[in-house]
Amino acid sequence: MRNSAFQVFKQALQGDVGWKPVWRSPDPKPEYDFIIVGGGGHGLATAYYLAKKYRQANVAVLEKGWIGSGNVGRNTTIIRSNYLLDGNEPFYEFSMKLWEGLEQELNYNAMVSQRGIINLFHTDSQRDAFVRRGNAMRLNGVDAVLLDREALRKECPFLNFDNARFPILGGLSQPRGGTVRHDAVAWGYARGADQHGVDIIQNCEATGFLISDGVCTGVATPRGQIRAKKVGVAVAGSSSRVMAKAGMRLPIESHVLQAFVSEGLKPIIPGVVTFGAGHFYVSQSNKGGLVFGGDIDGYNTYAQRGNLPTVEDVCEGGVAIMPMIGRARLLRMWGGVVDMSMDGSPIIDKTHIEGLYFNGGWCYGGFKATPASGVAFAHLLATDSPHETATAYRFDRFSRGYMIDEKGMGAQPNLH
Amino acid sequence: MIITHPVLGPRDAQEFTYLGDASLIHRPDPEADDATGAFHEYLYQRENIAGEHRELWFHEQGDRSWLVVTRNTLTHEVLDVEFANDVARREGRSQ
Ligand SMILES: Cc1cc2nc3c(=O)[nH]c(=O)nc-3n(C[C@H](O)[C@H](O)[C@H](O)COP(=O)(O)OP(=O)(O)OC[C@H]3O[C@@H](n4cnc5c(N)ncnc54)[C@H](O)[C@@H]3O)c2cc1C
Repeated sequence: MRNSAFQVFKQALQGDVGWKPVWRSPDPKPEYDFIIVGGGGHGLATAYYLAKKYRQANVAVLEKGWIGSGNVGRNTTIIRSNYLLDGNEPFYEFSMKLWEGLEQELNYNAMVSQRGIINLFHTDSQRDAFVRRGNAMRLNGVDAVLLDREALRKECPFLNFDNARFPILGGLSQPRGGTVRHDAVAWGYARGADQHGVDIIQNCEATGFLISDGVCTGVATPRGQIRAKKVGVAVAGSSSRVMAKAGMRLPIESHVLQAFVSEGLKPIIPGVVTFGAGHFYVSQSNKGGLVFGGDIDGYNTYAQRGNLPTVEDVCEGGVAIMPMIGRARLLRMWGGVVDMSMDGSPIIDKTHIEGLYFNGGWCYGGFKATPASGVAFAHLLATDSPHETATAYRFDRFSRGYMIDEKGMGAQPNLH
Repeated sequence: MIITHPVLGPRDAQEFTYLGDASLIHRPDPEADDATGAFHEYLYQRENIAGEHRELWFHEQGDRSWLVVTRNTLTHEVLDVEFANDVARREGRSQ
């Protein structure tokens, strides 16, 4: 059923009893051409583009829980393409362009809202670094605007410009950045993939890989072995656990990132505002809740919950830069396990095992990458060559010395 | 999380900074023939264990000692705490 205003109207008049489930729940077939392990945003997008763009008819997604139960449904929904380095910027801009057409592509309302993102700066040297990043963005054809204090004051009059420790001198703005309804991204890709014949199999964990003589021929699951010509793994925070089943160690540590939502408030925050120096970023949802977060907790963990010191740190940062929110009450908070890589950038690559492919290391910022990651991983799986925007995301970049380290932090995942 | 320091007793994890897997104690020999490969493994590849993880914490806002903490990464339960010095010596590092 195509979604349209007419359809909403028609269904409403008929008491809304005509809506059908938007994806099937098939039993797994004994064999597929492609199996994608992980039904998060990246796995579902990969399956969708494999079926639609690369015309593969025999594709399955295996998800250990229900789709959307991972980070795709836990993130703070920010999209942007304001990166500095050549390995990253064309990829994220490709993703931004896909976001801009996504709802038409999927015929699904994902509430893509280009309300803008502003990164605040507080010193001359930080401004210089932001000017450099803004110029790098513009060299890649991406919108970037440097706001001085007065221009910023017009957009965000509520900021604490004269904070003693971090006086606000201005901000780097990307007007095309914004937010997207994260669950709808999972559902939209799932619906689109299903319509193109992809089997989405929930509650079906990949518990091992069928590997002999260096060739992967499928996966083991509690519902039996499922064979495949190619297996692509996109399990985000579980990357190391899953790839260990293929005997691999990854340049990744799993960490927890927490997110917070306040009670609903009247519209006050126009777009996304990030206060990197104080470990705080915020936007306001359409329902009025302030959606905010900060840094990762900073220690290895697979528990999908964090600890109180980080809660305190994030809230302190928020109140420092926007004292007014001190009176808002916190409604809910949660954590998600993110796959922090050694240089802060992702991997989309073949493994040394034939037929086994990997997509991961998205750190705390992989939601914005979802559409491009789907295209790039589908491209790699279908053609065995990297997508033109993802040629730098290789496993061997660490041994060759081609790290993509936006922040220049070195091999210390909790500092990226 | 509470980390029970061997000398100072139970301390809030907030007083510490985190470095990572305790295997970092064993820096490879830069003179060895396979040094390039060994340093790649050492610097970049991690077990990233789900379960009991031995890891290095620095008591930055305390006595500035390095500790090896054994902690369950699925539950955050701290199981054992030792001075990194003691661990390093026991495991054969000279200094
Ligand atoms: C609190 C928080 C805030 C964030 N905010 C942002 C943001 O504002 N902007 C941004 O760009 N990014 C953000 N991120 C990062 C982003 O959410 C992730 O990088 C991205 O969602 C990861 O890709 P995914 O959607 O495929 O992951 P997931 O949704 O986690 O998908 C992985 C799936 O694999 C499944 N799986 C695991 N093991 C197996 C197995 N053995 N067999 C089968 N299935 C398995 C899991 O159940 C899961 O559903 C945030 C993350 C968190 C936690």
